[in-house]
Amino acid sequence: MDYAAIVFLEIVYMIAFLALASAGLAVVFGMMRVINLAHGEFVMLGGYTTLACVQAGINVYVAMLVIAPIVVGLIGLVIERLVIRHLYGRMIDTMLATWGLSLLLVGIVTLIFGSSAVGVPTPIPGYTLGAYQMGGYNLFIIALAAVVMVGMWVVLRHTRLGLIARGAMQNPEVASALGYDPKKVYMATFAIGAALAGLAGGALAPLTGLLPSSGGAYIAKTFITVITGGAAVLSGTLSSAVMFGAVNQIVSFASTPVIGEIAMLALAIVLLRLMPQGITGRFFRNST
Amino acid sequence: MAISRRKFIAASGSAGLIAGAPSIVRSQSGPIKLGSVLDNSGNLDIYGKPMVMATTLAVEEINAAGGLLGRKVQAIQYDTQSDIALYTKFAQQLVRDDKVDVVHGGITSASREAIRQTFRRGNTMYFYNVLYEGGVCDRNTFVTGTTPGQVVEPIVDHAMKKWGKKVYILAADYNYGQITAKWLQHYVKLRGGSVADTGFFPLDVSDFGSTIAKIQQAGPNWVVSALVGGAHMSFYRQWASSGMNKKIPLASTTFGVGNEHLALSAAEGDGILIAGNYSQEAQSASSKDFLAKWGKRFGDTKIVHEIAVSQYQGIMLWAAGVKKAGSLGRDAMLKALESGVAIDGPTGRVAMDPKTHHASLDIHLMEVKGQKLTILETSKQRPPSDTAQSCDLVKNPAENKQFEVKV
Repeated sequence: MDYAAIVFLEIVYMIAFLALASAGLAVVFGMMRVINLAHGEFVMLGGYTTLACVQAGINVYVAMLVIAPIVVGLIGLVIERLVIRHLYGRMIDTMLATWGLSLLLVGIVTLIFGSSAVGVPTPIPGYTLGAYQMGGYNLFIIALAAVVMVGMWVVLRHTRLGLIARGAMQNPEVASALGYDPKKVYMATFAIGAALAGLAGGALAPLTGLLPSSGGAYIAKTFITVITGGAAVLSGTLSSAVMFGAVNQIVSFASTPVIGEIAMLALAIVLLRLMPQGITGRFFRNST
Repeated sequence: MAISRRKFIAASGSAGLIAGAPSIVRSQSGPIKLGSVLDNSGNLDIYGKPMVMATTLAVEEINAAGGLLGRKVQAIQYDTQSDIALYTKFAQQLVRDDKVDVVHGGITSASREAIRQTFRRGNTMYFYNVLYEGGVCDRNTFVTGTTPGQVVEPIVDHAMKKWGKKVYILAADYNYGQITAKWLQHYVKLRGGSVADTGFFPLDVSDFGSTIAKIQQAGPNWVVSALVGGAHMSFYRQWASSGMNKKIPLASTTFGVGNEHLALSAAEGDGILIAGNYSQEAQSASSKDFLAKWGKRFGDTKIVHEIAVSQYQGIMLWAAGVKKAGSLGRDAMLKALESGVAIDGPTGRVAMDPKTHHASLDIHLMEVKGQKLTILETSKQRPPSDTAQSCDLVKNPAENKQFEVKV
């Protein structure tokens, strides 16, 4: 019974992990159709920002929840101004540019922090569940992912800002005719996407540890989650995170983490074959 | 200018002759060439960088003492950038273009197996100076790193007496981890213990949540890790953050080799049992001397780890062989290195065993305490007993394989 509870919590954790790590990409790719291959590096930058702050004596929660998203959001803003804005609508060019960008970011971080693995100490102790001892920090990630998802939903669905953003993505000409500059909306949206990636990176750093190359671990999983999710940014990301997280963990428990990853990828292939438009291309079509 | 095929062949042929000729002359009068292939950048540079520095230090020291056979030693070092493809490329280059006299290099077992046959075919003597899973039996190859008989056995022995008979094994999913896990199973069973389960993890796995739950379900007396590299570090972190480090003791065959104890906080690393040939805490004069030399040459001594010291000792052992042989000729060198040549290095005596081409070494049983590798006990001159079970190059000099233990 305790074991079942542990398995359940690990499944929920994996879902939260996928949703949190994919949130930024869901905004940048799902809404703006920008294939940002540097998304993993944004997550990594969030982690290193948190690390630098913690080493400077700043409270770890302030570092990961406030400073990391702001710093990575600003970096995203600069990158949008310098690179991305010239490439809207040119998918292949964007891929190349952001791939180059990811290599550059890895290089810069290696120069500053070196290439050995570093970590941020976990701020929450473990908890006991029956005979089992588990990482308490996982619960924090679950809570944070829930807050981020609800927050995104509220902003996109119930605020004027969200309406303008969605409008500018769907039909820039009309938004422009109504007096909203689509360029500014794009800029802000990209920066927010980057900030969400930074938040994920900061929050996940104590669990996974950091390497300049650790962005690579996120990029495949997050793209699969977002693409399989389909057109609706939130419900799509969430529904694919639920499916992939559950399959990955159940298979991991039944066999090994390697088979778990394989099962997840196999499921993604099957899903995209059956639903090329993603989950929300068929279900929850009118959701956000 | 139009070039006919005939002219082109004639021209390139003579160019080849001109380029080829001096290298033959050079190899007999110029400096002695020592090649190395190590990862000075990329994922594995935490292992490789100090090894490159150790190579430089050893060669400079040999030259400062007058070189070998009246000639200087020149180090030709290639950065393999943590990329296996570059290992094969640079190995070819060392053998065919640079025509080096010896190669010291390779870090992961995968990289060693990628280049070992190239050196054997090219009659270029090869030293592998890294702890590994044991069993390489090849007269062209010399190993100065530790093997399971030297490291895994003392860990199993100590841990089973201290903690109990039931063990859970975690290992990296490539030849090092796979074969080391077999040795772990072998030594545990030999002592009447049992293996609860064995888990293998590719080098990029960094989420160990389900594994930690499974370990608890299996309820072992202790856990042993043969995990490798940066991503696997998160196992130790997640293990500690769940509070398991207070409940089930942990041992490791790899921890500390990449200075992992410095990357984890004291609270996360304390209590992990390890064994190896080197600790910065060793109080011997030779060890302190080495750190002082390193500090004088490079500054930061914190990065010195076991395999950097192994690389230094490997080169010094080879140099002792050259002196003893009095020539770089292959037969003379083999005879000298197989005569039980030995040096006193920073970690103590390093003696080459003629039968296995592996080294007898002093082995420390250690515990991580306050980000340091504290020595619990030392066994002098432990032989590579695992490889010696099946490898005898004196009897079968043509042998060329890697033996594994059968479980």
